[in-house]
Amino acid sequence: MSPKASLELVCPAGNLPALKIAVDNGADCVYMGFKDNTNARAFAGLNFDPASAREGVRYAHAKGAKVLLALNTFPQSDKWERWQAAVDNAVELGIDAIILADPGLMRYAARTYPNLRLHLSVQGSATNYEAINFYHEHFGIQRAVIPRVLSLAQVEQVVKNTPVEIELFGFGGLCVMVEGRCALSSYATGESPNTCGVCSPAKAVRWQQTPEGLESRLNGVLLDRYGKDENAGYPTLCKGRFEVNNETYYAIEEPTSLNTLEMLPEMINMGIAAIKIEGRQRSPAYVEQVTRVWRAAIDAAKRAPQSYSVNPAWMAQLNKVAEGQQNTLGAYHRPWK
Amino acid sequence: MKLSLGPILYYWEREATFSFYDEIAAAPVDIVYLGETVCSRRHTLRTEDWFDVADKLAAAGKEVVLSSQALIESESDLKTLRRIADNGKFKVEANDMGAVHLLAAAKIPFVAGPHINTYNPQTLELLAELGAQRWVMPVEMSREALSHMQAARPAGMETEVFAYGRLPLAFSARCFTARHYNLPKDDCQFRCMDYPNGLTLNTREGQPFLALNGIQTMSASIYNLIGELDSMRATGVDVVRVSPQAFHTAKILKLFRDTLDGQLTAQAAARQMTKLMFDQACDGYWHGKPGIEQSYLAATDSE
Repeated sequence: MSPKASLELVCPAGNLPALKIAVDNGADCVYMGFKDNTNARAFAGLNFDPASAREGVRYAHAKGAKVLLALNTFPQSDKWERWQAAVDNAVELGIDAIILADPGLMRYAARTYPNLRLHLSVQGSATNYEAINFYHEHFGIQRAVIPRVLSLAQVEQVVKNTPVEIELFGFGGLCVMVEGRCALSSYATGESPNTCGVCSPAKAVRWQQTPEGLESRLNGVLLDRYGKDENAGYPTLCKGRFEVNNETYYAIEEPTSLNTLEMLPEMINMGIAAIKIEGRQRSPAYVEQVTRVWRAAIDAAKRAPQSYSVNPAWMAQLNKVAEGQQNTLGAYHRPWK
Repeated sequence: MKLSLGPILYYWEREATFSFYDEIAAAPVDIVYLGETVCSRRHTLRTEDWFDVADKLAAAGKEVVLSSQALIESESDLKTLRRIADNGKFKVEANDMGAVHLLAAAKIPFVAGPHINTYNPQTLELLAELGAQRWVMPVEMSREALSHMQAARPAGMETEVFAYGRLPLAFSARCFTARHYNLPKDDCQFRCMDYPNGLTLNTREGQPFLALNGIQTMSASIYNLIGELDSMRATGVDVVRVSPQAFHTAKILKLFRDTLDGQLTAQAAARQMTKLMFDQACDGYWHGKPGIEQSYLAATDSE
């Protein structure tokens, strides 16, 4: 096994201001997407055109940070050229690594640009080392982002059995489903992360005040209904309240954020290569806050892992920007399952 | 076109599973996929039991394929996967790239299952080079997208379409059936066994929307492409898949068979099928629309 890299902080850049703020506040890497459905945050007003991508790469490199490009949707059967061109453009821009999910696209990238660094996206759904080693043997991937479904013990088992660097999600919106294996959004709206780079797309959302409360609908399907004193969050399909056996509750997942600050020493200890912060769709203010806290925490954990403890001020700052103002250790912590 | 029966996605009693396959041995189906694809905690049938069922169905003239689990997390999941991959007798349906890795390395031909993300001809070509002889289209793929895949299909590759059953839409680490009973997954008490067709999740205004099946989330509606067999044939589909349900599966297979053989019109089959379905139908994905939508049977009803 090759020695693992030391823990990197990977921060979201939905646009140029967010990218600069992440770099200025201590991100080792930023990740971004182009302005189309080649990435899993294909939202209006988000992402990079060629000029802003060029400026982003220049800015990050000048300050010693790396730029990763998410090309992590699945090329649709008749539009392959768009994804292939995105790989070509990434190389031309001097991107440090591309984050891919589609095996066919990975083969194109590996064959055409043997020196290009490839990361396996979380959307590639690799939850075991046999899957990760497949991508390593066939395409030489150097890093894999693990879906947010494994316990920390299972992650450790993966790390021990692959030469590929492992990147884990540390903070942000929580997919309760295995990424790359969820078609709930297209079932309701026709558009999914795999096919269109969106989940519960805004254009399908309708808010309506009714005598029973404020209703959120996704393409007509009632996702939730809020009382006067309840906070209404973005209506992501799996975070609605539904009825099962006449009981109404968050049948799939509460609106919470993943927050693994307390697990940092363990993650460093088991040789995790990078921590990813979710949220390219979030504001530069979010990116600033989260990057600053995580930089401080990672530095503290690296400096003195034995005496590391979570600073309450960090938690307070993160809770302010967390979805649903709540957080969870997710699947890393077995009882969550 | 051939007719296949997908793996049982639910957790049934041991005896119920055996009698189900006794009935299937006599049913007009060409290919039968077997095995636990959803949750490794389910154990009424062990891997050896599945091999026994496979032998019986093969003796009855069926093409048997062993399906691998979709979400493989632990070392013991991998152990089961290796046993299936090395079975030496039956073809394997790979439902995860870990399975593809093992099968390709051992040069064993395989079926790329519905949970392998095959969305473009380049990926299909790669799978063919790795040893795939058949692929099952992702459930959210439309006929139009499929036609582009078919135009560039590698020689000898068969195409299979999930054509009947609650749609397997998502997998999670979390068991939603256990969650419904406030039980941890590690002590789930196998409550999913109480729901042999899944546990329906309704919206707060009572619309059946999804179905909870342990760690899998399905559509509440039953995907039904009985009305689309002609367009499948025209698109070059080789195999039509029916997904098992707790009751009437053999009758549903018969209706598909008779329609494929021209013994029954699709309209007549669709009408007879409504009595055998435990929830409403949907067919949106095939038409490039939200999966939940339904056009064919709705049109038939209004005739």
